[in-house]
Amino acid sequence: MAEEMRIVLRNYGKIDPLKIEDYIAQGGYKALEKARSMSQSDLIAEVKKSNLRGRGGAGFNCGQKWSFAYGAESDIKYVVCNADEGEPGTYKDRLIMENDPQALLEGMAICAYAIGAKQGYIYCRGEYPQVIKILNQAIEQAVTKGVLADFAIEVRSGAGAYVCGEETALIESIEGSRGEPRFKPPYPPSQGLWGKPTIVNNVETFANLPAIVENGADWYASIGVPSYPGTKIFTLTGDVNNCTFFEVPTNTTIRELIYKFGGGIPAGKKFKAVQIGGTSGAFIPESQLDTPVAFDNMSTIGATLGSGAVFVVDETRDIVDVAARIAGFFEHESCGKCAPCREGTARIAEIMENINDGFGEMSDLALLKKLGRVMSVSCLCGLGQAAPAPVITTIEHFMADYQAKIL
Amino acid sequence: MDYKEIIASYADKPGGIIEAFHAVQSQLSYLPREVIAEAAQVFNIPVSEAYGVASFYSMFSTEPRGKNIIRICESAPCHVAGAAEVVQALERELGIFMGESTADGLFALEFTECVGQCQATPVITINGEPYLDVNAATIPGILAKYR
Amino acid sequence: MINLTIDGINVSVSKGSTILQAAREVGIYLPTLCWHPDQAVKANCRVCVCEVEGNRLLQAGCSTPVTEGMVVKTKTPQVIEARRTILELILSNHPQDCLNCIRNQNCELQDLANEYMIRDNPFELKVRGYKLDRSTPSIVRDQDKCILCRRCIDACSVTQSVFALGVEGRGVNSMVVPTMGLPLMESPCVLCGQCIHACPVGAIYENEQIDEFLAAVADPDKIVVTQIAPAIRLAIGEEVGMNTGELPMEVFVTGLRQMGFDHVLHTNFTADLTILEEGNELLNRLKEGGTLPMFTSCSPGWINFCETFYPDLLDNLSTCKSPQQMFGSLVKTYWAEKMGIDPAKIYSVSIMPCTAKKYEASRPEMNSSGYRDVDLVLTTREIGRLFRMSGMDFNQLPPSDFDSWMGKYTGAAVIFGATGGVMEAALRTVYEVVTEQELKDVNFTGVRGMEGIKEAAVDLNGTEVKVAIAHGLSNARKLMDQVRSGESPYHFIEIMACPGGCIGGGGQPLTKANKKRAERIEAIYVEDEGMPIRKSHENPEVKIIYDEFLHEPLGHKSHELLHTHYHAKNKRYL
Repeated sequence: MAEEMRIVLRNYGKIDPLKIEDYIAQGGYKALEKARSMSQSDLIAEVKKSNLRGRGGAGFNCGQKWSFAYGAESDIKYVVCNADEGEPGTYKDRLIMENDPQALLEGMAICAYAIGAKQGYIYCRGEYPQVIKILNQAIEQAVTKGVLADFAIEVRSGAGAYVCGEETALIESIEGSRGEPRFKPPYPPSQGLWGKPTIVNNVETFANLPAIVENGADWYASIGVPSYPGTKIFTLTGDVNNCTFFEVPTNTTIRELIYKFGGGIPAGKKFKAVQIGGTSGAFIPESQLDTPVAFDNMSTIGATLGSGAVFVVDETRDIVDVAARIAGFFEHESCGKCAPCREGTARIAEIMENINDGFGEMSDLALLKKLGRVMSVSCLCGLGQAAPAPVITTIEHFMADYQAKIL
Repeated sequence: MDYKEIIASYADKPGGIIEAFHAVQSQLSYLPREVIAEAAQVFNIPVSEAYGVASFYSMFSTEPRGKNIIRICESAPCHVAGAAEVVQALERELGIFMGESTADGLFALEFTECVGQCQATPVITINGEPYLDVNAATIPGILAKYR
Repeated sequence: MINLTIDGINVSVSKGSTILQAAREVGIYLPTLCWHPDQAVKANCRVCVCEVEGNRLLQAGCSTPVTEGMVVKTKTPQVIEARRTILELILSNHPQDCLNCIRNQNCELQDLANEYMIRDNPFELKVRGYKLDRSTPSIVRDQDKCILCRRCIDACSVTQSVFALGVEGRGVNSMVVPTMGLPLMESPCVLCGQCIHACPVGAIYENEQIDEFLAAVADPDKIVVTQIAPAIRLAIGEEVGMNTGELPMEVFVTGLRQMGFDHVLHTNFTADLTILEEGNELLNRLKEGGTLPMFTSCSPGWINFCETFYPDLLDNLSTCKSPQQMFGSLVKTYWAEKMGIDPAKIYSVSIMPCTAKKYEASRPEMNSSGYRDVDLVLTTREIGRLFRMSGMDFNQLPPSDFDSWMGKYTGAAVIFGATGGVMEAALRTVYEVVTEQELKDVNFTGVRGMEGIKEAAVDLNGTEVKVAIAHGLSNARKLMDQVRSGESPYHFIEIMACPGGCIGGGGQPLTKANKKRAERIEAIYVEDEGMPIRKSHENPEVKIIYDEFLHEPLGHKSHELLHTHYHAKNKRYL
């Protein structure tokens, strides 16, 4: 049975987040010191070897990503922290930033040293004004202490756009533009912020780094599932007794998340479905609950690990209604740049609303499936590609619920 | 501070127009055309582009609205936790519908997607300050603080 | 070179090529909507998606660079389903009134709907129902037809640096709008119409005024007189199924008479006249220390641009009216008198390659004849439609001549239609006026061609006169910034708002490629070569008008009829 294991949240509740001294007393900034004693390429090799994979959703090998930016010829490079935590039901990055902001700064500084960047940005969602205050204070303290050396970090605020969690949209937003994704390639490690090589990593990814550098790649690689080692923070919402957060190794199963950590379904009701990874995640039925949460294991059941949001719905819930609400979310958050997402998200929302209101027809389901097939491979960015998943997976697993509304 | 001074204070931040818009909006609660035009000039971008930015982000408004901006999360976790009842309670209490502002200019009522406070749903925010686990009964007390 | 296979065919293309470019090399044309040959890649319409082996996602052909060993498939069932579905989605909020759309049969979306056999669109038609923006006399915007490809924005900002268009809002509610979402007339729009060329559908088009023309022809009290701008003749053939430059001028004239024009005259006449007025104005400024560099003033899009963005440089503009407006004021004074026609009865129609000309003719000050100098401006495209409606076969139409007194012109006037043409025409005349020697070679080839900014220096009796030419307003902006900062080395600058000059004007037959513009320019110089007279001051009718009516360049009458003044536009939002 998996137990909770705190790497990212190791200082949670143990330190005053607004006192850098507390962080340093817990061994903070030793890892940065160690990193700086290594050569850049050794450091990158170590991170690569740890097999730390991005915690933002795409799951790309972190060290490998860094090696692209390290190898890119440029006087100016940037490190950008994606703190645009917008996946509904997710607040793990806020937990990290509120409770241990220095761990994030240290992780960013390690990355900056590795790739040769002097400027960093934290792009924090506009919905977290209190977090932005904390980050600014933490940066001020780190600068006063001199721990960041010549690496400068600036906090930038989002303004209510889920799509800015996509790294190139985020970059556009830092540049002061509409948060519309760019086509790729080129990828940010070669051409990112202001056209310069840029590493964009998630808060949780950066916060893992001090521990990895301090304890070594082998230590980290041995935790959880080898293909996606380490821990993951999960935030539980919906019909579950413990609506709270846990940091667990990646070999934890979905069932353990819901029943062991989440304490099961309230009021003796039965489980119906769980959506993992945020609102673009697949809805997972009972039969797949023994899947480990790690990235590739989730892929095999057509689901994603995503942000680590765990949204549980019990037997009494109207899943068509929930899926319709989610479809509305994507209609609202599509940036509108590419045609299949702009029009497709609106059509999915329209058709789902029709079905939910009792005006649907069976042919609507075929149309939704067609939109799912097309959007998932044709849209410009991950938002449009993932947008149909909640609808498609609920049709797949809970057809009876749809039929009940249509007939 | 006058909006020109506010915008000017961000002039040396490359791409800082979004920060400047936030700062102005915290005083005026929306972005009048003069503000967008001034920001365009300060950040040396065409007005059409600055307007595109102002109209892209859901936290910005190019139309006047109430001083205290109440946002109700309608994302799935809050949705299943009873956000619709909170909407009804707020509409009843303020005598306006979603998307409107009160006649006295004190409140604006808007939907938002997830604000990342999902440990205690449903959630509303007022001027960015989150209120957790709200329900019809707790609404009047929360609003009283802003009246 | 990069080697790859597309649909099983081996291709070798240079590094940096895209799948779309590579496919064309082997005769495979990917469907496109947002792609434009002269613009940056946008990759937002997604109709060019292809399968690339090893990728779960389909890849946009326009934006994906080829890699060694890449295996591309452009017509698998998955690709076809994706393209058709995307087209269905785009069409599902696009008005289905193709039959009465101005772009019927000349629409990239219609073409693709046809090619991909979109029959029963499964998505419910939801037209958004916006009102047409008819705020300008030149350009109409139909928001409902917009497919958000953003090509117009690129044309307006990158090519023209006007930045009148942008995207408002987001998602399904996003729209291409003029600055601040205001009507087009309140935006910095200069009415050049380059957005019309860029638009793949009928979302932006010229203010079509064919009904006004037909009403004038039908009115027995009106004498309908037309002038044809220099850039029209070589392009009009494209509208009636001929090659660029193929339709002979004399046949074109017959066609116009057939359509009901009572007198067919030529703007080229006033183009020659412009050279005399403008050339002498330049010499005056050089001699008397006037404001330099002097800017040409023939292009109304450029005038709008200068009045909007460089109101501090209005004194640099030549005071000469454009050839259209010179013609307008003369046709109801000089010509009417000579012909013994009551000017009140004259209905003056100009045929222009230009949308901004419609606005220019409507300027309140353009009434120096005592009447509206130009009553109606029709673009090349509108004349093309009239011609097609008429059922005329231009291969069989007999030739006919222009009418007298304002119908003769020289090669110098012909080249007004191409970037550098006004400059070259001016140099041909100014050289002879100043040096009093015959110009041996009239070809100033250095000022020709599609390069954005060109410069040249001419020795006029020991005085070196430096000139520069820009076409496309982004290029103009560079020269203007130089003038504004006091660093401009030039004495005389020719600016044309549209890329390629008037041959690429906003009212010309639709073309999305600069390649076509280059072809038209070529045709123009061929015509110039063939002209018996190639210097404006040698135009016999120009000599007559000075002898009988104007008396001298820049004289009293000229000032009254041929010169104008400019106003800062004071647009609120730039």
